[in-house]
Amino acid sequence: MTAAIAIDGLEVIFDRFRALKGVSLEVRTGESFGLVGESGSGKSTLLRAIAGLAPVASGSITVNGKALGARRDKAFYREVQMVFQDPYGSLHPRQTVDRLLQEPLAIHGFADGEKRIERALDEVGLGNGFRFRYAHQLSGGQRQRVAIARALILEPSILLLDEPTSALDASVQAEVLNLLEEVRRRRKLTFLMVSHDLAIITHMCERLMVMQSGEAVENLTAAQLVAHRVTEDYTRNLLRASEGFVRTA
Amino acid sequence: MSGTLLEVDDLRVDFPTRTGLIQAVRGVSFALGRERLGIVGESGSGKSQTGRAIMGLTPPQARISARKLAFDGIDLLGISPRQRRALRGNRIAMILQDPKYSLDPVMSIGRQIVETLRTHEKVSKAEARERALAMLEAVQIRDPKRVFDLHPHEVSGGMGQRAMIAMMLIAGPEMMIADEPTSALDVTVQLDVLGILDKLVSDRGMGLIFISHDLRLVSSFCDRVIVMYAGKVVEQLKASELGQAQHPYTRGLLNCMPRIGFERHPLPVLDRKPEWAA
Repeated sequence: MTAAIAIDGLEVIFDRFRALKGVSLEVRTGESFGLVGESGSGKSTLLRAIAGLAPVASGSITVNGKALGARRDKAFYREVQMVFQDPYGSLHPRQTVDRLLQEPLAIHGFADGEKRIERALDEVGLGNGFRFRYAHQLSGGQRQRVAIARALILEPSILLLDEPTSALDASVQAEVLNLLEEVRRRRKLTFLMVSHDLAIITHMCERLMVMQSGEAVENLTAAQLVAHRVTEDYTRNLLRASEGFVRTA
Repeated sequence: MSGTLLEVDDLRVDFPTRTGLIQAVRGVSFALGRERLGIVGESGSGKSQTGRAIMGLTPPQARISARKLAFDGIDLLGISPRQRRALRGNRIAMILQDPKYSLDPVMSIGRQIVETLRTHEKVSKAEARERALAMLEAVQIRDPKRVFDLHPHEVSGGMGQRAMIAMMLIAGPEMMIADEPTSALDVTVQLDVLGILDKLVSDRGMGLIFISHDLRLVSSFCDRVIVMYAGKVVEQLKASELGQAQHPYTRGLLNCMPRIGFERHPLPVLDRKPEWAA
């Protein structure tokens, strides 16, 4: 089994701030892998470094057996797509859904755009009625579905998910998580998903990595986490926090 | 529970817009004693507008009506804006969601707290400073003297939210409205902030309205929970009896969250019925 994403000793430095301090990671093909940690732990930076959106200082990233250089080529973006946290900020406000979905197709020179757009909208459960709407005419959940459709339209094999549901209501979150699971099953995708919510990660992922201040704290399987078989105090704290408020006294 | 602090009867908040009247809150009624009351609902359910109407922070174009909206026997809709302002921050306080946006960015944290205090009480500058420092210590800020002189952008989200709680509590309010006070914070910090809030509220015997979309969090924190949907209260129940919730919306909200150790694929989703909003 080859690794979909292999990262070795990755360092990301913003000016003088070391956001990632030599992180290594391996995501197998077809696997769903989770990154958990508090804000500032570097989990989003790791994702952005893979997508080519963060300044990598040293270390290597290999995607589907190909080592990545400083620049990402077109072929990379056909393999790897990203869904961002804020559905309000990640869609162009003055473009219709149709226009938004055409953009990646035009960049990559797909001819059968019409059919692909129809299929992509269908796949995320929106249907053709949404095709000529603007982002502001959609709810948060619908926007995130459009963002997922945009990511899927190039038929990538890897999806990078940066807190895809944290801006959504709990009930809408359930719908989007179900959708993500369904497309993963149908298309045999590899997921690398970031969340601060352990419950979401254990629900969506088979393995996960806990991060704190730019370093990997612990690698676990979801089953280990469910059984509370964790070794680090930091993970234990996160687990306790995810169980909700308990009154002391 | 000693007596009623707040009475809300048939509260309505309407927004006239170009495309017609938006009824954000449609006839909400409840009473609050010295207890912790949670208001839960999705975005657009009217939970925040309910809190804002009580506080008197509804935008001017909106129309508020109620058969009764009384705080400690004072008719909130009948008094002048000036009297309302005297209540606000003094006897009724509100904590907002994100300290990044709700603290004044060009004023040090200490000065903001002192300002609140001196608006409502005649105290000397030195005494105000002493009390602000004591308050910062009460919200478990380790080095209050240092934080006093910091500006909001220099502190973390959790620290900012503690400063906000300190600012809201310094005038000794009898009732507090907390609108998603921890949604912008990390899970671990969330619990610290809730712990502080919980301790201060129970020590001072305040009434608390806790507005949130997270039903589980609210039920672990509050005594009673009101569930809102489309501007109406669909269910009121004791937090301890949440397991026996009757309304399908409440049960849907409870079930749709992933939980560690309870594998369900796919997650149950809400099957919204038009009659819920009727």
